[in-house]
Amino acid sequence: MFKYLIPLAVFMVLVVFLAIGLNRDPHEVPSPLINKPAPAFSLPQLKTPDKTFSASDMRGKVWILNVWASWCVTCRDEHPLLIQYAQTGAIPIYGLNYKDQREDALAWLSELGDPYVLSAADVDGRVAIDYGVYGAPETYLIDQSGTIRFKQIGPVTPDVWSKQILPLAQELNRQGAK
Amino acid sequence: MTRILLLLLFLMCASVAFGKEAELASGEDPAVEQRLTKLSKELRCLVCQNETLADSQAGLADDLRKEIREQIKAGKSDKEIINFLTQRYGQFILYRPQVTPTTYLLWFGPFLLLAAGLVILFRYIQQRRNTIVDAPLTSEERKRAAELLAVEPGRENI
Repeated sequence: MFKYLIPLAVFMVLVVFLAIGLNRDPHEVPSPLINKPAPAFSLPQLKTPDKTFSASDMRGKVWILNVWASWCVTCRDEHPLLIQYAQTGAIPIYGLNYKDQREDALAWLSELGDPYVLSAADVDGRVAIDYGVYGAPETYLIDQSGTIRFKQIGPVTPDVWSKQILPLAQELNRQGAK
Repeated sequence: MTRILLLLLFLMCASVAFGKEAELASGEDPAVEQRLTKLSKELRCLVCQNETLADSQAGLADDLRKEIREQIKAGKSDKEIINFLTQRYGQFILYRPQVTPTTYLLWFGPFLLLAAGLVILFRYIQQRRNTIVDAPLTSEERKRAAELLAVEPGRENI
């Protein structure tokens, strides 16, 4: 009797593995940068290119770095949400304008609104390589010590914001206040 | 008709491939390019995932090739370049993942399965050997077998 159940058991195990495999997004590659220091950079600001923005300027703050570009279609989908979140003032959002033309980027911001405290212009995509960016939009949550605590590949969704990013940022702010 | 279409398709692919080679080689040190090609065949393009960095036409692949080319020129070793990339993109960028505790199962799993299969096979054979008893034929059975095996006259050639 037991003998005949073996193929069934093997099949069930296979089904479980396949089910897990099918429900995973192969585009989400776990970032090795989580809990590692955010790579240092110093880039000209998009709106005022004579001024620079460095990751080290943000020491002591919990902040978000959002990689975006005017040519990126999904960024356009994500944009209204970012504006909404920026208005709550919960976490300051900084932009990394990825391989974009300055005029295009500025036109995009004036057309759709600007959720960013400021955007840094990464024209040749060098800084993005340091951050392991492979598909904009990507979003990093960086803590007071300059450590990357969370990375969202693809657009931030309301679910990800309210269940992961926001609670984590609040927790980090609480720890920092102590 | 189908043949002509296929031929056209092949020709088109060929011209694209030549075009790319020419573009890569222009104005660059051939030794550097050779190392770049060798390295980028080992690396995955994260945008297309099933293409190597050498084959991919994605913007990011282009940037990464540029980055690797510059690091080669700066005298970095292959290992240093691979480390640079895995620090940023993780093991996933390697077509041949390094042997680390997280990839033990990936590397040694097949051998584990092979060993398990051999054990099962061995035990099965042993079990069979124990259950099958050697029973010599009786003289009557032997006679009948000889009869069955005897070639019928006139049917030798079949």
